[in-house]
Formats: sequence, structure tokens, C-alpha cells
Amino acid sequence: MSTAFRLEAVRQTYAGRTVLDLDFLEVRRGEILALVGPSGSGKSTLLRLLNFLERPTEGRVWYEGQATDGERTPLELRRQVTTVFQHTVLQKASVRANVAYGLRLRGQPTDGRVRSLLASVGMGELAGAQARLLSGGEKQRVALARALIFRPRVLLLDEPTANLDPYNVGLIEQIVRAENREHGTTVVLVTHNVFQAHRLAHRTGLVLNGGLVELADTPVFFASPADPRTAAFVSGEMVY
Amino acid sequence: MSGLLGGEIWADLLPIIFLSLRVTGIALAICTVAGVPIGAILGLTRIPGRRLVTAILYTGMGLPPVVVGLFVYLLLSRSGPLGALGWLFTPRAMILAQAVISFPLVTGLTMTAIQSVDPSFRQQMRALGATRLQEIWALLREARLGVVAGIVAAFGSIISEVGAVMLVGGNIAGKTRVLTTAIVLNTRQGEFQPAILLGVILLVLAFLANLAMLRLQGRSG
Ligand SMILES: Nc1ncnc2c1ncn2[C@@H]1O[C@H](COP(=O)(O)OP(=O)(O)O)[C@@H](O)[C@H]1O
Ligand SMILES: [Mg+2]
Repeated sequence: MSTAFRLEAVRQTYAGRTVLDLDFLEVRRGEILALVGPSGSGKSTLLRLLNFLERPTEGRVWYEGQATDGERTPLELRRQVTTVFQHTVLQKASVRANVAYGLRLRGQPTDGRVRSLLASVGMGELAGAQARLLSGGEKQRVALARALIFRPRVLLLDEPTANLDPYNVGLIEQIVRAENREHGTTVVLVTHNVFQAHRLAHRTGLVLNGGLVELADTPVFFASPADPRTAAFVSGEMVY
Repeated sequence: MSGLLGGEIWADLLPIIFLSLRVTGIALAICTVAGVPIGAILGLTRIPGRRLVTAILYTGMGLPPVVVGLFVYLLLSRSGPLGALGWLFTPRAMILAQAVISFPLVTGLTMTAIQSVDPSFRQQMRALGATRLQEIWALLREARLGVVAGIVAAFGSIISEVGAVMLVGGNIAGKTRVLTTAIVLNTRQGEFQPAILLGVILLVLAFLANLAMLRLQGRSG
């Protein structure tokens, strides 16, 4: 079993409008998969399905070989997958309390782990600070820390570095790469930054109008895409 | 003025101050116990008719307290539906009136506090592994400063209210005389010293309540 997710004939429809329509998608265990595509193409919707936050209108999401059912997916499976969103909303509490949350709700001890994780995202000094006073980059690093604290098997990233400065982008990419290497964490990264996909991902896919145009090993995706729309998107010529 | 601060005048005034605090405190406790859960449910759910309930709450917030006093008076008067309780012209009548006045405020501000949490917050908590119950608990914690601010605002408004407690309490010396009604009476009788003293105490209480509210809002904003 080397498949983390398998989606078959999955369709998501809001108020009669289909925004996602995938014949097939497989996410391999332990890979970093990047999904690129213009805004509105259905990338965030796909991540909500992968995080069991919604159930697809049609089709099924298989996780670790088991059929899942949106929010009704068994808690132990649900808790293996998490998302870092583009617009992180932190709790009105200290940085430390925000990061400890995932452990507390699992009834696990927080000792030591919070401190060392905060240090590894460069937030050790700000552990006691009020989370709402942080800068955008600091917020996203806390968001990453609060997701990684319970050691998820799958980390979903929804444009986690959009609008961040190069220093924070670099830091976050480094943390994600390390997490994937050291713990075998499966990562699905949604980004409209093709360079970021190129830097991080083992495989990259293009999502367009709710469909998956092409999915290939990252070097192939960028150097010799099969679909002309991929070539256009990668070269920045796609008009959308 | 020397007689004011050291003298026997306190023997008259202290019971008034304590009764004010007791009536308002109990009224506040009642409307908190009732209003916070109801406001939370209104803020959390999308039940049909919520808009109507909200409109009623906002109307309630803007209701002149003296009108509430009139309703409570009619309710408790000898021939009224609750006349048999014999509550009219007792502290209980004043507690009831103050609880009714502050209920929409506490309920409405609780609802608003919960609704003003970022709509994405719940989904993000769930993505971190929260159960439905844990997610709601996190949301309530997130809104707690707004809820407390509502309770403090209610305190400030009912402790300084005069019309309703005058109507239903009757301003009876040693029985239903509170800060506001004592000030009215003293002033009418030309006894300005105790009136001013009570006024200052009322001001200080209202000021402290507002100070607490501003601090809380500063922390939650
Ligand atoms: N909950 C929802 N209700 C209705 N429409 C939605 C909802 N979520 C997303 N959409 C619509 O689905 C489309 C795809 O959105 P999204 O998945 O956010 O795209 P992307 O993340 O690629 O920008 C958009 O047109 C968006 O307006
Ligand atoms: Mg999106």
C-alpha cells in the first residue's frame, strides 16, 4: 500500500455549479505533490475534500485504502490529515497555546515538544507573545507549527506562502522539505507559484476549470509537458 | 464636607449601596445564565426564524427601561397575571425588571461576539483534528471576551437605571431604595450632600464597569 489518497470520479458541485471534476487522482505516500493552476480552478476545494472537511457530491475519496465520508470519516483517520490555509486564523491566545492545541485536543502531553517545534520554526523567542500581534510570516510559521505538532501523516498546504516575503517563503519551504524527508510526511502543496512547485515537489499537476490537465514528475512537468496548456501555464503565457 | 466622609451619614447610605449591588448582581446573574446560552445558540446555528429573533433582540436593546418597568408593574400588580406572588414593591420586582432590561443586551452581544469570529475559524480547528464539540468549545473561547464585555455593559446600564426600579420598587426607605432612586429623592428634598455622594459612587461604579469593558475589548479587538 503506497497510496495515501485515491480519488475516483470525484465531482464537487455547489448550488448546481460543478467546480471540481476529477476522473482519477492518486497521492503517493511520502511524496510532495504540487498542484498549480489559476485561481478559481478548484484547488482549495480539492484540499477540503482531502482533509475530509467536505464530502464530494459524487465519487469517493479513498484514504489509506479506506473509503472515507467527509466529516463522518472516523476521527482517528481524520486526525492524520491537516491543512495549513492561506489565511490562517489563530486563536486569541499565546503562540505557545496555539501550537499546543492539536496535542491538547488529542489528550496528549504538550511538554517539551511545543518548545522544540517553536524553536525549529524560528519562533522560540515569541512563544509567549499574543498570536494576533504576529506578522504575516510569523503567523504562517505558527500555522505550520500547530499543524506539525501532532505529527500528521498528510500535510495539505493551501498557498501557504502567498504574500510572504522571500525570507519567510524560504524558511517555510525548508521546514516542509525537512518534515517530508525526516518523517515521510505526505505533502500536497497548492500554489500558484510554479517556481515553488519546481523547488519542492516530486510530482506536479495542473488543475484547470476543476479538472486535472496533467500530472507528472516535476522535471518532466516543467521540461517536457505533454499538454500544451501545461506548457503555456509553466511559461507564464497562459492568460486567465 | 467633613461630616460627609467620616460621619454617620454612611449608616444611611451603605444599605442603599449594598442593595443596589445586590439587585443588579442577581439580575445580572439571571440574565447571564439565560442569555449567554441562548445567544450562543443563535450565534452558532442557522435556524429559520433567526432573523426574526435577532430583530426582536435589537428592539429589546433599544426598549426604554421605563417601558419594561411598566410591563413588569402590570405583570406583578395585584390584578396582574403574577400578582399572587406579591413581588411588587420588593427587591424581587426590581431584580425582575433589571433582568428583563439586560437580557437582550447580554443575549445580543453574545450572539454578535460569536458571529464576529472569522468564519474560517471553525474549519481550521476541525482541520487540526477537533471534534464537533471541541470545535464549538474553541469558538466559544474565542468569543469569550465579547461575551464578558456584554455582561459588563449590562451591569453599567442597569445599575444606573432609574425609571423601572422606581416604578416596580417604589423607592421605599430601607427596603427598595437604591442608588438612583435615592438620588432622585434627595435632590427633590434639597438634600444635595447625600445626593452628590451617591452620584459620585454611581459614577465610580459605572466608570469601573466601562473601564473593565474597554480593557476587555482592547484585548479582544
Ligand atoms: N463553499 C462554496 N460554495 C460555493 N462556491 C464555492 C465554494 N467554495 C468554492 N466555490 C467556488 O468554486 C470555485 C473553485 O474555488 P476554489 O476551490 O477555492 O479554487 P482555487 O483554490 O483554485 O482558487 C470558485 O469559483 C469558487 O467560487
Ligand atoms: Mg484557493
